Amino acid sequence: MTQMTQTGEGQSHPLDAPRFAGPVVQCQNLSVRFGKNMALKDVTAVFPPGAVGLLGPNGAGKSTLLKSLLGFIVPEKGSMTVIGMDVASAPLEIRERIGYMPESDSHIPGMNAVSFVAYCGQLSGLPSTDAMQRAHEVLYYVGLGEARYRNIETYSTGMKQRIKLAQAIVHDPDLLFLDEPTNGMDPKGRDEMLELIHDLAHNKNVNLILSSHLLPDVEFTCDHVVVMDKGTVATYGPIDALKGTTGRVYELRIKGDETQFISVLRGEGFDVKDSDEDVMRVFVPGATGDNPKVLFELAARERVQVRHVRPSVPTLEDVFARAVGEK
Amino acid sequence: MPIHDQGYRRYGGSRASIGRAWQVMTRAGVLSVISKRQFLGLMLFAWAPFVVRAVQIYVSATFQQASFLAPKGETFREFLDQQGAFVFFVTIYVGAGLIANDRRANALQLYLSKPMTSAEYIAGKLAILFLFLVSVTFLPAMMLLLTQAIFAGSLTFVSNNLYLLPAITLFSLAQVLLASTTMLALSSLSKSSRFVAVMYAGLFFFTTALFNALRGITGRSSFAWLSPSASLEQLGDVIFRLPPRYQVPPSVAGLTVLLLIGASIYILSRRVRGVEIVT
Repeated sequence: MTQMTQTGEGQSHPLDAPRFAGPVVQCQNLSVRFGKNMALKDVTAVFPPGAVGLLGPNGAGKSTLLKSLLGFIVPEKGSMTVIGMDVASAPLEIRERIGYMPESDSHIPGMNAVSFVAYCGQLSGLPSTDAMQRAHEVLYYVGLGEARYRNIETYSTGMKQRIKLAQAIVHDPDLLFLDEPTNGMDPKGRDEMLELIHDLAHNKNVNLILSSHLLPDVEFTCDHVVVMDKGTVATYGPIDALKGTTGRVYELRIKGDETQFISVLRGEGFDVKDSDEDVMRVFVPGATGDNPKVLFELAARERVQVRHVRPSVPTLEDVFARAVGEK
Repeated sequence: MPIHDQGYRRYGGSRASIGRAWQVMTRAGVLSVISKRQFLGLMLFAWAPFVVRAVQIYVSATFQQASFLAPKGETFREFLDQQGAFVFFVTIYVGAGLIANDRRANALQLYLSKPMTSAEYIAGKLAILFLFLVSVTFLPAMMLLLTQAIFAGSLTFVSNNLYLLPAITLFSLAQVLLASTTMLALSSLSKSSRFVAVMYAGLFFFTTALFNALRGITGRSSFAWLSPSASLEQLGDVIFRLPPRYQVPPSVAGLTVLLLIGASIYILSRRVRGVEIVT
């Protein structure tokens, strides 16, 4: 059954009603420079509706991209559209329809949680009574219902992350920018935060872009991923497609010349990721990937001893390693 | 029950048009300040000179023997001069933390991620200080003029001194704009409201001390332009049609005030940004 929302004026929106059709964000040849450093180099990417992960190591340019999309940073060249509007010409119209959860601790000083969230709702254009009503609702939604009258400055790190999410969703945005939303959270809080983000994207139909350097976070919450490295887009697409529909990953430990064997495997067209613990992850593409026999044959040919083989499934980590490794 | 099962509703109600967020900021800022008892105490003190002057006007209008207390045009100039002290304290109390506290709490990126420009943010903050400063300068001065008319039972004084209406307005505006823009600019330079308060006090005391020292050495007051307070006084004399008190052209004094306001607006435009870029 379709859930509906009611407002003070009697208007309603079904929760599963589409918010925006088409790519939520498009960047074309986007370059951003900070002094001598190029933070973004000719970035061209399309973010489809739904949950999209913006993945990359620290310094890859993820936050810079989000801040450029918000209009905080003026790019050296290139163009950007967010929910169909040009960032350069309609920044306010865009910000009216998006929610932003910044990476660093941010709040309005001297307010308790409910006043803060209601205030943010009003700043986004909600009438004061609606803003207050929604502030209570979203605070319960993010799990701060019992603490909503406490001053934010007394909150723990995890609670501060939740309140940042609450202020970002109070005005019911069409698109959410989440910058490292699980930073500093304990494992239980992190799981709850990821559940919330997953729920927003998949049950509440909120488009979102999740910037993170944590692969499991992106893999759990998102359907698509844009992998960034050193200011460029390394790869992008649906996570399942990038992982590879055919093929299998094997964890492999050998005795013998490991470096030589890795180059042989790569020569055969297999992706290899060498770990610190003598265990390598080998992606064997195609239908032959379901059988590790090919690995044993290569090992026999190269006169190395296979000590350990364990089939695994391709993870986003493999996608990330391949994308960043290819560059 | 998982917390996300507790629901999230789509919003289908009305939304204010873009460009009104600064009003929300101002309203919240004003309510936050007047909820403090200390500030209400300060405002009571700030209105005490008005009460004294009102009594003076009443006595002069009621008793013939006290006609020497009757207000003149310069009475209003003196009154606004006296209010300068309260302008100073209100500016520090209300203004020091206006942007500094937001910078400390990283709130600028939250504000500017909403549908508001940095100019609107500055306008919203400026309006808070502006309103309180107007309430200790322009408002009591105008009420004093009204009180005179009420106690005298005629508009003779007002019509004979019609220049007082624009003079009070213009001088109050100069006082308020100079104090509010300067304080807001200083507030944008630091994350500590206490440090901002010290900077503001230092700026006014140091420049005045410098001017007085130069006056002592040279025996002339032509360096009044070095002090924003002295420049404002000089400007006030001209606005109220009184002989200027310093040997500096009023145009130079006016330029000092304008330059300080302009520099403050420039600093604000540079400092109020959603992201701080360090290269």
